[in-house]
Amino acid sequence: MSELVETDVVSDALGVALATGGDFAEVFVEDKASSSAYLDDGRVEELSSGRERGAGIRVVVGETTGFAHTADLSPEGLRTAARAAAAAARGGGGGVRVVALPNAPLRSVRDIGIDPTGVDKADKVALLRHADEVARARSGSISQVSAGYADSRRRILVANSDGTLAADEVVRTMFNVSCVATGDTGMQTGRESIGHTIGFELFDRYDVADLAARAAERAVTKLAARPAPSGQLPVVIGSGGGGVLFHEACGHGLEADLVAKGASVFAGRQGELVASPLVTLVDDGTMAGEWGNYGIDDEGNLAQRNVLIEDGILTDYMWDVLRSRAEGRPGSGNGRRQSYQHLPMVRMTNTYLLAGTSDPDDIIADTPNGVYVKHLGGGQVNTATGDFVFGMSEAYLIEDGEITEPLREGNLIGNGPEVLAGIDAVGNDFAMGPPGTCGKDGQGVPVGDGVPTLRVGALTIGGTAA
Amino acid sequence: MSTSQVQTSATADAERLLAIADAVVDRATGNEQVEVVVVADRGTEVRVYNGDVESLSSADTAGIGVRVVDGGRQGFAWAGTLDADAVDAVLADARDNLRFASVDDFAGLAEPDGVTPPTLDLYDPAATDMPTADKVAMAIELERATYGADSRISGIESAEYADSVVLGVVASTTGIRSLSAESVCWLSVYPLAGDGDATQTGFGFSLGRRPGELDPAVAAAEAAQRATRMLGAVRPSTGRPTLVFDPWVTAQLLEVVGSTLSGEAVAKGRSPFADRLGELVAASSVTLVDDPTDPAAFSASVTDGEGLATRRNVLIDGGELQMFVHNATSGRRAGQASTGCAVRRGFRGAPGVGCTALSLLPGTLSQAELIAGIDDGILIADVAGLHSGVNPVSGDVSVGAEGLRITGGTLGEPLREFTVASTLQRILTDIDAVGGDLVWLPMGAAGVSLVVHDVTVSGL
Repeated sequence: MSELVETDVVSDALGVALATGGDFAEVFVEDKASSSAYLDDGRVEELSSGRERGAGIRVVVGETTGFAHTADLSPEGLRTAARAAAAAARGGGGGVRVVALPNAPLRSVRDIGIDPTGVDKADKVALLRHADEVARARSGSISQVSAGYADSRRRILVANSDGTLAADEVVRTMFNVSCVATGDTGMQTGRESIGHTIGFELFDRYDVADLAARAAERAVTKLAARPAPSGQLPVVIGSGGGGVLFHEACGHGLEADLVAKGASVFAGRQGELVASPLVTLVDDGTMAGEWGNYGIDDEGNLAQRNVLIEDGILTDYMWDVLRSRAEGRPGSGNGRRQSYQHLPMVRMTNTYLLAGTSDPDDIIADTPNGVYVKHLGGGQVNTATGDFVFGMSEAYLIEDGEITEPLREGNLIGNGPEVLAGIDAVGNDFAMGPPGTCGKDGQGVPVGDGVPTLRVGALTIGGTAA
Repeated sequence: MSTSQVQTSATADAERLLAIADAVVDRATGNEQVEVVVVADRGTEVRVYNGDVESLSSADTAGIGVRVVDGGRQGFAWAGTLDADAVDAVLADARDNLRFASVDDFAGLAEPDGVTPPTLDLYDPAATDMPTADKVAMAIELERATYGADSRISGIESAEYADSVVLGVVASTTGIRSLSAESVCWLSVYPLAGDGDATQTGFGFSLGRRPGELDPAVAAAEAAQRATRMLGAVRPSTGRPTLVFDPWVTAQLLEVVGSTLSGEAVAKGRSPFADRLGELVAASSVTLVDDPTDPAAFSASVTDGEGLATRRNVLIDGGELQMFVHNATSGRRAGQASTGCAVRRGFRGAPGVGCTALSLLPGTLSQAELIAGIDDGILIADVAGLHSGVNPVSGDVSVGAEGLRITGGTLGEPLREFTVASTLQRILTDIDAVGGDLVWLPMGAAGVSLVVHDVTVSGL
C-alpha cells in the first residue's frame, strides 16, 4: 500500500522541524473522505461528500509546544509548516538533527470489510427510505421522520523524532433515525443510532427497520409520559443505554492532562478506593468494530486496553505522549485529535463497566421506588469539582419494584466520586451502547461506551414533579 | 491605518476568493443552478501555563463548498483545499450527488432581493498582525492577573489568547456575489479556586475585533470572582424559588428559543410555536430581536449563508410572536421571501435556517436592583447539559446549575449540584422582569439578567 507521504519526505520535515533545536518533533498526516445522505419530511434532501487532507507538525521545546498545519503535502509544503512550528516553539540552540525512521511503518492490519466509498449511492438512499416507511407505519402518532447515513475513511501516518513511524486506516459507517410523535400532550421525540468502525456490512448485521421501529416507539411512548420527579432517588441504568454515566462521572477526570493541572477530583488518588468495589472500569481502543476503536492513535502508538478502576481501586490514568514523556512512563494509546488541524490530547476510546453478577430483573425488583433510565442522552462534567449531568432520553418510574410510567426528558445531576461510591448493584447483562462524539476543548472525537444494568443509590432527578 | 484602507485590504483578499468561486459558477450548464462558497480562515492561539507558553498554534485554512440544484434536486460537496483538482472533484461530486436526491418543488438557490448589505466595521487585520511576542505577553499577563486577583486562586486550567480572521464569499448562477470579512480576538481564562479540600471553577473572557479592545484585567477579575464566590457551595433543597438568570445563562436560553423559531422547524412540524403566530407566547416585557447588523454582536455579519444581506428581524414584540426566520428554500415553502437567515458551517455544509444575533430588548434595572426585590430566590450563574436536557421539539427544559442564594434582596451562600426545570413555553411566559444589563457574549446571542418564577429547583 502506498503511503500518504514518502518516508524520506517525512524524515526531511522532522529534520527541518528540529533544525533550530527542540526536544521532540512530530509529523501527522491525514487523508479523510466522508459522505452522507439525509432524508427529512419524506424527501431525500441532500447527499454530501467531502475530502480533507493535510499535515500537522509540532515541535516541543521544554514545556512549550509549537504547532502549524498545512493542506500542502509536497516536500516544500511540509518544510514550510515545520519551520512555522519550530518558530512557534521558539527553538533556540541549533545544529542538524537527523531523524532515523524505520523502513516500513508500524501498521495495525484490520479488515475494513465492504468499503462504503464503493457502494452505490442508490443503496444508501434506499436505506433511508426504508427507515422512513417503517417509522411512519409504526404508529399514526408519528408526525415527522428524519434519517441520516454517513460513512468516512480516514488514513493517517505519524512520524516523530523518537523514531516512531506508524500508519492506520479506519472506516466508519453510521445510521440514525429521529421521529416526532404528536398527541394531545404536544410533541415528543425518539432517536436511535448505530455506528461501527466497519464498512457497509454494518447493514448485514443490523436492520435499519429495527432501528426505525425503536425510534418511533420511543417517541410514541413518551406521549404518555408524566413529568419526571424532582429531588433524590435511586436510579437504575439499563444495559447498553448508559455508558455516558462513567464517561462523565470519572472518564474525563482520569485524563492525565487534566490530572496534571490539578483540574480533576481524581488527581493524586491512584491506588485508592475511588468507587464501589463492584466497579471495574476499562477504556479499550482495541475493541474491534466499536465506535472508539482504532489501530494506531494520533501520536503513532498502538491502541491499548487499559484498566482504569479495578474492584473500586484507581489503577491508572489515560495518557498521551506529552504527559507520559513528562512522567517518564509508557503511554496508553490515548493521544487523539479531531483532525490534522488540531493538537492531540488525552482522550477516551471505548469506555465501559465490566459486568457483575446480579440478575437485572432482581436489581429492579429490589428497588422499591426510583427511576429506571433505559437510554441516556449526552452529558457534561466539571472535572475539577466532579459535578456532572447527563440526560435521560427514555426513562420510567420504578414503583414497588416494578417499572411503571414513562417520564418526560430531563437531566440527572450528581458528583463523580459520590456516585461511583454509591453504585450498589451491577448486572450480568453487559452491552455496548450507541456511537457517541466526545467533545473536549473544542475538539470532537468518536467514542463508544457500554454498561450492564446497574443501580446508583441516589441521584438528583431534574424533573418538575414534586 | 484608516478604515477605508482596512476595508480595501480585506477586499483584495476576498476578491481572490471570489474569482475562484466565479470560475466554478461559470461552469454551470443547461438549467442547473450552481452556488459556490469559499472560506479562508487564518489565526493564532497561544496557551500559557505557569508563566510560560504551553502551546502556540498557527492556523491557515481554506476550503470550498458547492451546491448544485437541477430539476428540484439538490447535491452538495466540499473540500478542505482550493487546489484546482480538488475543486474539479467537488463540482463533479455535487452533480453526482443530486441524482439521488428527491425532487422538491421549493428547492433552489437564493436570488438577489435588492436589500443592500449594511456597512459594518467588522474587520481589522490588526487582529492577527500583532507580533507574536505581544500575543504571548498578553496571555501571560492574563494568567498573572488571574492569580493576582484573589489569593484563593489555586491553579489555572487554561489561559489563552486567540485571534482569527475569516474571509468568505458566496457566488451563484442566480446572480449572488457577496463577500464578507470578519476579525475577532479574545482572551479566556479558566481558574481553579481552592479552600481546604474544596475546589471550584470559574471563567472569564474579553472580546474584541482588534487586540487593543482586549483587557486582561477584566477577564481575570471576572474569572476569579466566579470561581471564588462558589467556595463553600452547598446543595439547595427542592422547591420553586424565584430565579434570576445571569446574562450568561439567558444568552444560552435565547439560542434555544431562536432554534424553535426557524421556518424549517415550523414547516416540518418540529417547533412548539408552529401555530402560535400572532399570539402571546411570552410575558409583555419580552421583545426578542435577531439582528446580525448590530456591530456590537460577536456574530455580526453583513451577509447570510446564501449571500443575502443580513437584516434586523423582530421575532417577539411585547410578548406577541411576530414571525419565523427563513432561508430561500424554507421561505418559498412558506410562501414568502428569505429573511436573510441562511446559516452554514463554513464551507462544509449546505445552508440551514437560524438566528445568529439574538437579544432581548433590555429593561432598566441592574442585576443588583432586580435581586433587591427578591425575598427568596437563586441567582443562576451557570448551567450545564443544555444539549442533553433541552428538547426544542417538546420544549422540555432541565439543566444542571450552580449559583448563589438570594435572601431578603441580598446575595448569600453559594449553591451547586442542582437542576432547574420547566418548559421553554412556560419560561417565556413566567418572565417577571428583563434587566438593563445587556451584554454581547461569544455566541449567537446577547445576555441580560432575567427574573423568572415557577421554575422547579431539584436538589436535596
